[in-house]
Amino acid sequence: MIDERTARRLARRHAAERRFKLYGMASVAVALAFLVALLVTIVGKGYTAFAQTEIAVEVSFDAGAVKEGDFAGLVKSALAARFPEVTARNEKRELFGLISSGADRVLRDMVRDDPGLIGQRRVVTLLASDDVDMVVKGHVTAESGRLNARQAEWLASLRQAGAVSLGFNTTFFTAGDSREPELAGVGGAVVGSLLAMVVTLCLAFPLGVATAVYLEEFAPKNRWTELIEVNINNLAAVPSIVFGLLGLALFLNFLNMPRSAPLVGGLVLTLMSLPVIIIASRAALKAVPPSIREAARGLGASRLQVVTHHVLPLAMPGILTGTIIATAHAIGETAPLLMIGMVAFIVDIPAGFLDPATVLPVQVYLWADSPERAFVERTSAAIMILLAFLAVMNLLAIVLRKKFERRW
Amino acid sequence: MNVASKPALGQATLDDRRLAKVSARDVDVFYGAKQALKSVSIDIRPNEVTALIGPSGCGKSTFLRCLNRMNDLIESCRVVGSIWLDGEDIYTSGLDPVQLRARVGMVFQKPNPFPKTIYDNVAYGPRIHGLSRSRAELDEIVMTSLEKAGLIDEVKDRLQEQGTGLSGGQQQRLCIARAIAVSPEVILMDEPCSALDPIATAKVEELIDELRQRYTIVIVTHSMQQAARVSQRTGFFHLGELVECGETEQIFTNPRHKLTQGYITGRFG
Amino acid sequence: MQLLALVATLLLLSAVGFHLGRRRAAARSAAADRRPHSLPVYYGSYVALWSGLPALLVLLGWLAFEPVVVRSLVVDSLPPAARELPPERLGLLMNDVRNLAAGVVTSRDVDPDMAAAAETYLRLKRLGAVAVAVLSLAAAIGGLGLALRRVRPDLRARNAVEKLVERLLIGASTIAVFTTVGIVLSLLFESIRFFNAVPIHEFLFGLEWSPQTAIRSDQVGSSGAFGAVPLFAGTFLISLIAMAVAMPVGLFAAIYMAEYAPRRLRAIIKPLLEVLAGIPTVVYGFFAALTVAPFLRDAGTILGLSVSSESALAAGVVMGIMIIPYVSSIADDVITAVPRSLREASLGLGATRSETIRQVVVPAALPGIVGGLLLAVSRAIGETMIVVMAAGMAANLTANPFETVTTVTVQIVTLLVGDQEFDSPKTLAAFALGLVLFLVTLALNVAALQVVKRFREQYD
Repeated sequence: MIDERTARRLARRHAAERRFKLYGMASVAVALAFLVALLVTIVGKGYTAFAQTEIAVEVSFDAGAVKEGDFAGLVKSALAARFPEVTARNEKRELFGLISSGADRVLRDMVRDDPGLIGQRRVVTLLASDDVDMVVKGHVTAESGRLNARQAEWLASLRQAGAVSLGFNTTFFTAGDSREPELAGVGGAVVGSLLAMVVTLCLAFPLGVATAVYLEEFAPKNRWTELIEVNINNLAAVPSIVFGLLGLALFLNFLNMPRSAPLVGGLVLTLMSLPVIIIASRAALKAVPPSIREAARGLGASRLQVVTHHVLPLAMPGILTGTIIATAHAIGETAPLLMIGMVAFIVDIPAGFLDPATVLPVQVYLWADSPERAFVERTSAAIMILLAFLAVMNLLAIVLRKKFERRW
Repeated sequence: MNVASKPALGQATLDDRRLAKVSARDVDVFYGAKQALKSVSIDIRPNEVTALIGPSGCGKSTFLRCLNRMNDLIESCRVVGSIWLDGEDIYTSGLDPVQLRARVGMVFQKPNPFPKTIYDNVAYGPRIHGLSRSRAELDEIVMTSLEKAGLIDEVKDRLQEQGTGLSGGQQQRLCIARAIAVSPEVILMDEPCSALDPIATAKVEELIDELRQRYTIVIVTHSMQQAARVSQRTGFFHLGELVECGETEQIFTNPRHKLTQGYITGRFG
Repeated sequence: MQLLALVATLLLLSAVGFHLGRRRAAARSAAADRRPHSLPVYYGSYVALWSGLPALLVLLGWLAFEPVVVRSLVVDSLPPAARELPPERLGLLMNDVRNLAAGVVTSRDVDPDMAAAAETYLRLKRLGAVAVAVLSLAAAIGGLGLALRRVRPDLRARNAVEKLVERLLIGASTIAVFTTVGIVLSLLFESIRFFNAVPIHEFLFGLEWSPQTAIRSDQVGSSGAFGAVPLFAGTFLISLIAMAVAMPVGLFAAIYMAEYAPRRLRAIIKPLLEVLAGIPTVVYGFFAALTVAPFLRDAGTILGLSVSSESALAAGVVMGIMIIPYVSSIADDVITAVPRSLREASLGLGATRSETIRQVVVPAALPGIVGGLLLAVSRAIGETMIVVMAAGMAANLTANPFETVTTVTVQIVTLLVGDQEFDSPKTLAAFALGLVLFLVTLALNVAALQVVKRFREQYD
């Protein structure tokens, strides 16, 4: 029936078909493989940051030192007591390097909470320094790390005595930034992000919905509204860093607002996410069938009543979904915030909208730039928190959409 | 399915199905759980126009699309039963639907020329099937196809213009030319005139009558007048069943089934 | 906090206005024994809006102009010698005054003039705060009283409220326009100042970029070259690499999803790919710098190539991955928008799926695909964090993807992050770069949106 030439041709065509389909599958696979590689890398590098090495030493709360507030001295004498053979000055400095320079705060808090401790001896678990932490977690070997041979020996002896343990890293969640990796946390950045998000949500949501309602329900079709539309579509695609430049020129230089403030960050993010919210809201409004508007108008409702009683409630799930997704995107944004000075090194946790602050993605950027090995895991852990936060927001959007999805 | 439906009235099938160009036996089609065709058996005779009529949703288009396995493209669709083309089962796994569709061409309800030039539209099939060895040969195929489709006089000076720029009737004849260019044996037409005005319809009907000389044609139509005008045999479908099939004249003058009579006299449909 | 208290008071006044308005409407219509024109809620809203809006305007006006006014008043109070200072120096001086007023240690010794200025500054601030509180409260109460007197059964409260709400909606919709105007003005204004210092042709066509203007004139390398061509070339190179990754992968992924994937698989793949678009760019940057760049460097060493650890390749590849979902989702949209009838026509002629896709579907969807690719290019050009973290600072003019290049966005960040005087050519250069970036991406976006729009009209 089929001659040989046609048969050969057919075979070739089918081979081409299979190849073509394979390219498609391979492309999807490549993209997904990258996603997996990225997540695995981040989690693999970051999960250890949620634990922190601690060293148990016996501290004697010497009344004199407590009175002078020399808690660092307590730490030192405790270590010196643990290793009495260490006498030389530089060796002592190396020994003290095993414990974090922030460890004395724990002792201070202990004494504040229980003054009866003064004059007593207690075994206290103290925060280890980042170099020790890295060795204990196995990120570096004792030889390749920054510990020298003597320090490695002391550490080994401490580990043998069972004094070294890994505890949950609460500091990471509560503390602000620090130069010392073991004392650095995302607390400040998370608060900064939340503050900026509040500003963005409070401004972008009402403004975005109002604009969408106007353009979709009220606006006459004329040059001016067309200009607004084109404008919005273009703004949605303007690089985010340009919004940063606008924020720098307008809010900081022209209006003299404070640098590094969550308020300014929130304003910049508002301008950035507004077009996206408007576009999503308009799509949601468009999806409400005209018959509902006509029915309401037919009963004598005014245009505003039609919108507030019928169209907006029906479109709200779509609008909220769009807003959440846009806000999630804004939270992950870094570049424009660099422009308005949110890259500053800020130790304190911001208490208000005008306090200097940083945000989570910027914190990631700052830590990624730090040379200390221990910041790598903290950067990854901060990314995990950021991604988890975004995932929760997006899931919320999906749930909203699924729950209220309506087909006309 | 387990209940074998009674065979259609009239001469739906031949005694020897190998004499038919296309022969269907006990064809069931399911879309998911929904059964769209129930045990349809019909023989399509060569060089005749067979019209399939019936109310909307009766399964006539579904049946038509079984004949060149276009239903394969719908994920949830399942076909049971046997369909032969020239005595060869087209639903065996060894048969290549691509090759089948080259032998059983199709013209659709809405004219659907590709957004390409008129020439490229017609040359598309011959090109993918490698039917020509040279440019001259391809030109030849394109020109004869356009000629057979009765379009040549209208387009011979504008072969490089977009096919979508033609009028509706011209577009549909272009689609017929495109189907002819592959030299099929059977041409399936799914309501080919439903989107056309009466004058364009008349031209296409005229064309169908001419094409009968060379091809076997199965046409689904909503219009009973059209079935009466162009076909030699007519099959009447109702609720997924082939109710009656026979000579067109007989169907329209002396239907045997009450349903057929009701439909052609316009009592429902 | 004072501001918050003020806002809370104003809101409270509005709420009171709402309540009073409703009550009065009810009382008056009962007294006059006629039905009011509108529902009671509209009379309440009418009063509330009249009491809230003017006060809010006063407040916003104060927030916007207070710093400027206070500053100019303080400058006027300075001794003439200080007033004659060039603007940058004056700015620094004002900073010190502000710091002094806030009780922060200043960078210079406190002289009596400064102390006096700080005093004035503080006094003006306090005065302003009191003034705005009084003014806005007066506006709120005044508006409330006026509106309340107008509440009568024949007042068309609904129409008045709706008119006002529509005005507010119009106001909101103009923000987008103002944002664009703001972007253009701020970029243009600073760029013009930059071009006064550095000729525009030198910026656009100069081959050397080293923005380090020296503090002392005798320093080495003090010239400060602002030839942006290496930046444009670097941006182009990295975008090219990104598109070389994103275009084939994105297109084929879209084709697979739209034409081949069973519906269930598609329902899984599509959101997963979109996850790629939802990951913050700073994460990509970290990944590029930490994993991809060292990997490429090591791979290069094995192959005998010298790959820089901040190679254009690493940044480009990761950026390409980031862009995949942009390409694939737009391509997916336009491919599914191609009518089914065209596919059926082709398949009905005996074409295979891939032949149908390559010869019918993709050509038909081409305008939309091109539009999507243009948008993706615009994304790539404007992308900042990946290149800041994974590409270098060195402005090399090279086409070698294994070398370090820098981009426009990287330079904007480096020029503006950190403490700088705002008026030096170095910082102004960032705005000139921003202007170029804005114009290029704008052109790409407009073109892309036009193309996509025309495509949609074709098949609607």
